[in-house]
Amino acid sequence: MPRRVRIKDHWAEQRIFTLRGIAAGVIVGVLLLTVAARLFYLTVLKHEYYAELSQGNRVRTDPIPPSRGLILDRHGVVMAENLPAFQLELVRELVGGTPEITATLARLVTIGLLDAEDVGSIRRTILSHHVYESVPIKLQLNDEDMARFAVHRHEFTGVDIRARLSRHYPFGPMAVHALGYVAAISEQDLKRIDSDSYAGTSLIGKLGVEGAYESELHGTRGYREVLVNAAGRPVERQGAYTPKLATRQPIAGADLILSLDMRVQRAAEEALAGKRGAAIAIDPHSGDVIALASTPGFDPNAFARGLTTKQYDALQNDIDKPLINRALRGAYPPGSTVKPFFALAALRYGVMTPEQTIFCPGHFSLPGSSHLFRDWKPKGHGTVSMRHAIQQSCDVYFYTVANRLGIDRMHDFMTTFGFGELTGIDIPGEKPGLMPSTEWKRHAYKRPAEQVWFPGETISVGIGQGYMLATPMQLAHAVSGIASRGQIFKPRLVTGVRPAGSAAVTQRPVEPEAPLTAVTADQWSVIVEGMELATGPGGTAAAATAGSPYKIAGKTGSAQVFTIGQNEKYNEKQISERMLDHALFISFAPAEDPKLAVAVFVENGKHGGSTAAPIARKIFDAFLLPDKPRSGT
Amino acid sequence: MIFDEFSPSRTRRTLTAGGRTLRALGLDGPLTGVLAIIVCIGILVVYSASGQNLKMVEHHLANIAIAVAALLALARLATPQYLRLFAPIAYVIGILLLIVVAVTGHIGKGAQRWLDIGFIRFQPSEIMKLAVPMMCAWYMHERPLPPTFKDLVAMGIMIAVPTGMIVLQPDLGTALLIAASGLIVMLLAGMQFRIVLISLPLLAGAAWGAWHFIHDYQRQRILTFLNPETDPLGAGYHIIQSQIAIGSGGIFGKGYMNGSQAQLEFLPERSTDFIFAVIGEEFGLLGQLLILTLYGVVIGRALYLAMQGQDTFSRLTGGAIALSFFVYVFVNSGMVSGILPVVGVPLPMISYGGTSMVTLLAGFGILMSLHSHRKLIGS
Repeated sequence: MPRRVRIKDHWAEQRIFTLRGIAAGVIVGVLLLTVAARLFYLTVLKHEYYAELSQGNRVRTDPIPPSRGLILDRHGVVMAENLPAFQLELVRELVGGTPEITATLARLVTIGLLDAEDVGSIRRTILSHHVYESVPIKLQLNDEDMARFAVHRHEFTGVDIRARLSRHYPFGPMAVHALGYVAAISEQDLKRIDSDSYAGTSLIGKLGVEGAYESELHGTRGYREVLVNAAGRPVERQGAYTPKLATRQPIAGADLILSLDMRVQRAAEEALAGKRGAAIAIDPHSGDVIALASTPGFDPNAFARGLTTKQYDALQNDIDKPLINRALRGAYPPGSTVKPFFALAALRYGVMTPEQTIFCPGHFSLPGSSHLFRDWKPKGHGTVSMRHAIQQSCDVYFYTVANRLGIDRMHDFMTTFGFGELTGIDIPGEKPGLMPSTEWKRHAYKRPAEQVWFPGETISVGIGQGYMLATPMQLAHAVSGIASRGQIFKPRLVTGVRPAGSAAVTQRPVEPEAPLTAVTADQWSVIVEGMELATGPGGTAAAATAGSPYKIAGKTGSAQVFTIGQNEKYNEKQISERMLDHALFISFAPAEDPKLAVAVFVENGKHGGSTAAPIARKIFDAFLLPDKPRSGT
Repeated sequence: MIFDEFSPSRTRRTLTAGGRTLRALGLDGPLTGVLAIIVCIGILVVYSASGQNLKMVEHHLANIAIAVAALLALARLATPQYLRLFAPIAYVIGILLLIVVAVTGHIGKGAQRWLDIGFIRFQPSEIMKLAVPMMCAWYMHERPLPPTFKDLVAMGIMIAVPTGMIVLQPDLGTALLIAASGLIVMLLAGMQFRIVLISLPLLAGAAWGAWHFIHDYQRQRILTFLNPETDPLGAGYHIIQSQIAIGSGGIFGKGYMNGSQAQLEFLPERSTDFIFAVIGEEFGLLGQLLILTLYGVVIGRALYLAMQGQDTFSRLTGGAIALSFFVYVFVNSGMVSGILPVVGVPLPMISYGGTSMVTLLAGFGILMSLHSHRKLIGS
């Protein structure tokens, strides 16, 4: 305790200091060892953990998108390829949150790079991607777009121009309904695809071959490890040392070899130009689709470039429905084109012999009924046998056939030709049409009174009217069955797949359907002869086939247009034009050794013989006379 | 007592040329050598940590030049008598400058710390790092040791006034270091351990009070230190990235200029407060242990020199300089390795930044001067 008098004792003070100093030295040593122990813990015991964190910090994996497989026609003509293009891309995490993205998109609208009405869907697409992904917001920039963005570039962070491969269709709208198209990956697409394998890819196949064979065409993405700094920017090196970074090259998608023949396809589309319709040509011995046309079409390049909402709405609301694939999705009454099939059914079930004649007074009525079913020729065809009934398309003859067969036998027989069922062609969107039966009607209607099949309904189906509906594809598929005399193949567009970097094409096997064995060779001949007569003098399609060096067997048809949408507004001229009958023609050639089966359908084309048959003729000419200039008939 | 001026000529024959030069300059050989090694390592590390920024290295060299000049000048000229005379003056000037800073201080990083006098910017709080322990040592010099309770209260006030002003700047880190340097003097002077024990609850109370007094960001730093993962991109970022740098360096390191954390700027403050993590990342555990060993040698040698002091002022000042240096080393390495909160203390003599370098080398200049200007006691 404090003493009264304290004097300085130097020795004692030095001792105090020395002791304290030594104690301090010991504490210093202990604390330094503590730090050293902590460092040992971090660098030795937890080294693996921190080494991994540090690796994750600095290396970013950038995806390298694969280049999409090419699409070639049967002769190797390129129908879809990839060309370098510039596009505008946005990286969410560099832009910021949703308000910043909205502001950025608004500024892009201001400088004229985006349309105001597209902003909503673009923003949704951006938000459905990971924050670090580069999302394309405008595809295939033209020079003007590039210049415009270059001027304002400094105002944007997280938005930049990137060079990518884009899809290009050298023939534009040609065969678009067979090929399909590619378009920007939408929100819905993201839900069904593995977004990791699509990292860096901006386009995905929609419809047609592009859609159906997406997994073959897409390929496998590669990656490139990139050194990044803390701001996420790629840098070349770190300090004095350039580290080894892994790269895996992408594997390009497989090339597809189509059954289409561009020459025939072009002939079909040129012949259909200006009309609404469809034409399908099938090799009856393999099911290969040689041509598949649906007009009007559209330019798939516009989708690969990216359509604005306005452009898309214009296509969608076009009165001619260019986006509809009429070949697969247009279910129409097949009209008289069904007659050869019902004739065959009559022979098959023995309700008619080839030479048996029917007198056609120009109308038909069921026993005990006063309702008249009229022939297209009011005066009647007189006495007709089966061959001539096909040649002249006598309705009364086929009313009689239908009456004798009954709807259920008609249904069963037509089903073996694929009516009322999907043909199974290897592209999506097909409709099954309708082949009615008593059972169908029982299920189709709710009220018992409506579920009854009336005999009169059978009569209408006999000439391809009434409830019956068929797509142009079904007609082509069915007529190929007559051409091959009972051996139908499942139609296909893709015949072979060529993996990237390989010269060898893996052929897809043809798929024969169950053969029709119940029909004899003689019976087939009767039908084919009738169809040959139809294209000869006195036949319904005589004019269209005149002067051809090969023989065409065919059958015309015209189908009444029963309904017009009550809410659609047409002008007077359009109403009358769109009320006209649909024109159809099914055929194959050469008749004696068929190489090609063709079905043509023209909406409101009036007569099969005058409108549809000449189109088929041009298709046959292009296929069968490849070296001669196409017939101008 | 009879004091004889220490005569260099007496030992001339037993010394080498280098040794003679050191004597003539008033330097201590071992201490000067180790300090030089540390400073040279620092230059190399700053070059790497700055991202090979030669401008920064030049600036660093300029700072070193000023600091070495200060060391040489003090070692040669600052005799214990001068220092004793100057200690209270420096303390008063320091207090005045702190007042000036508080009133007109240049705003830097939201805190008023810097004083701008035309050609030079410096923090008056740096003066206090030396002035406070010297003031305490000056106060105890004529008084008998161990200090009485009255002495302790007096020194407590001498420490509390500048510390409080610096806390208000606000610069908690520096304030704690200055308080520590004053406390070191009190402890070395022989403050009774039971007083330490009694004051611990008082300190706890003071800490509780301070918690409500300090700025939000300081409070956040302490909370983040306790659990860095709660805020990985905010305040916890420093601690996490620094531990990743050290841990990923392993035993041997990634190699000079190859630390990805530092070179790619994941490590914040890489050339200043967190430079120890760069050493860990690029030179590994071995590099860090080498640095700690060198620091250990410096502290040991400095304590040894202080113990040889002939009067209370010399011993207490020297001891405070040696142990303050240790506190800086411990606080920085502890913060970088994650055992102490982030308080913004540079790594002594390695971190880029002039003020701390000058203060530290000036301190060692004083320490060596106190030692070389000893008077031989006639025995």
